[in-house]
Amino acid sequence: MAGLEDLYKEIILDHYRNPRNRGELETPPAVKAEGFNPLCGDEIVVFIDVDDSGTIADVAIGGQGCSISQSSASMMSAAIKGKTTDEARDLIESFKGLMSIHEKGLDGAAAEGDKPDLSMGDLSALRGVVKFPVRIKCAVLSWNTLAQALDDARTN
Amino acid sequence: MTFDVATIKADFPLLSRVIDGKPITYLDSAASSQRPQSVLDAMDRYYRESHANVHRGAYRLATEATDAMEGARQKIADFIGAPHAHEVIFTKNATESMNLFAQSWGRGHLHAGDVVVLTEMEHHANIVPWHMLTESIGIELRWIPVDENGELDLTDLDRLLDGAKLLSVTAMSNVLGTITPIKRLADAAHAAGATIVVDGSQYVPHLPTDVVDLGIDAFVFTGHKMLGPTGVGVLWGKTELLDAMPPFLGGGDMILQVTKDGFTTNELPHKFEAGTPAIAEIVGLGAAVDYLTALGMEDVRAHEVSLTAYAMRSLKERFGDDITIHGPSEPASRGGVLSLIYKDVHPHDISQVLDQDNVYVRAGHHCAKPLMQVMGLNATARASLYLYNDEADVDTLADALASADDIFGF
Ligand SMILES: Cc1ncc(COP(=O)(O)O)c(C=O)c1O
Repeated sequence: MAGLEDLYKEIILDHYRNPRNRGELETPPAVKAEGFNPLCGDEIVVFIDVDDSGTIADVAIGGQGCSISQSSASMMSAAIKGKTTDEARDLIESFKGLMSIHEKGLDGAAAEGDKPDLSMGDLSALRGVVKFPVRIKCAVLSWNTLAQALDDARTN
Repeated sequence: MTFDVATIKADFPLLSRVIDGKPITYLDSAASSQRPQSVLDAMDRYYRESHANVHRGAYRLATEATDAMEGARQKIADFIGAPHAHEVIFTKNATESMNLFAQSWGRGHLHAGDVVVLTEMEHHANIVPWHMLTESIGIELRWIPVDENGELDLTDLDRLLDGAKLLSVTAMSNVLGTITPIKRLADAAHAAGATIVVDGSQYVPHLPTDVVDLGIDAFVFTGHKMLGPTGVGVLWGKTELLDAMPPFLGGGDMILQVTKDGFTTNELPHKFEAGTPAIAEIVGLGAAVDYLTALGMEDVRAHEVSLTAYAMRSLKERFGDDITIHGPSEPASRGGVLSLIYKDVHPHDISQVLDQDNVYVRAGHHCAKPLMQVMGLNATARASLYLYNDEADVDTLADALASADDIFGF
């Protein structure tokens, strides 16, 4: 059985206790997307401000939820700030790969060889989540919400 | 039978399961209870010895199957004090029962602008069917508010019921454990000329129930929360009320006559039981009712009140202000549903930490989002007690809860 130390890594708890980029941005110019996890009631609000060159100039995170959903959102915000929207989309793909939710089963190991991505940084601390399949939804919530915000930013 | 929890526990095979070398502590009966061996045996015996389709064959097995099902119907009627077995309609679960009621009674009685009164503490099963009628018919919903103690605030009851066609209300909250004053609500509804339907999903498993004494018109509950199998629920209604309702699903069993031009409906209860029912599950629910009856619902209730009092007292003593237990503070006016907030550990994390010690509680909004919004919460960790739980289970919960401190570092 997977131990809780695989899930609750120090860096995850740090992001949970001291969330980065917490707050709101004015819309417009920023776009806002909301994500819900209907099972547990977690809510994430993602604000992104994309400048004319396609760079995410600013990001803010709102909502409430468990340590995994909140820390994942915090790490995500730090990772995408200053990145282009294309880079952010790549990161979404990499992160979902890390969570093994692409075609692969749910046994964490499978994903690792997939697409080594050094820019994952702190985010790789969330790798342990795959051993707790019900928590994958928590970790991925903010990323799906970001994808929605990126879509909205494009159509604006 | 005397009320001895150790003996009772031994009747439930699943509760003796050991996982990773540790016993399990099951505290999620508000979501679904476990079943005693007698229920499993009844279903097994039915399939091994007596299965055939019901109400159709003239041969021995078909008669046995029909008798088994109708015998269960009578037991369930007796268990809730229903005057007639034909008033007990079998469905898939409480959700289907409430949808049946809303669609069928609603179609017959509700028009655009008609008012249906709910409370803020309803389960989604008693909210969404009415939202659906808001969309399809244009009914209007009013809400009885919940106060800080987690009780219904009845200050404005008469005004809320004024001109209303229906009051649909839970008898016990699945989040707060609040037992609502059904008799008073039934009187007020009737005085206003409204019909009252009650969601008894959390009530029937835990308290002696008499639908006539409660003074209500219709009642829904679900088998799997009262030691029965999944896949069977009940709608009870007064004969006159059910007779005046149009059928819900159409098909076999619910008809008297079918021609190329149309159909006529069968009598109660068959009118509302289209198609082959969940016969084995119904038989299982009958056995569950036998088990509860043998224990005695008065004794079940007394055990749960004292265990709830123990849980509230011991958790408070041990954790003080670090723990919040939502809902009524008086154990006698509530059920054993304990919605907990512990420090600022998120409920989802609490249930994860407890899982490590095989302590099973539910985290989330418990399908009662409007109530959570009123309480300003987005989730709670809910430990719920039943007849097979004892003080040791509560102590195990408390120990496991304390271990959250190691991880979250308080
Ligand atoms: C108060 C209440 N009503 C209705 C339901 C729905 O029961 P079921 O899912 O069996 O239809 C539940 C159970 O979750 C409940 O607690």
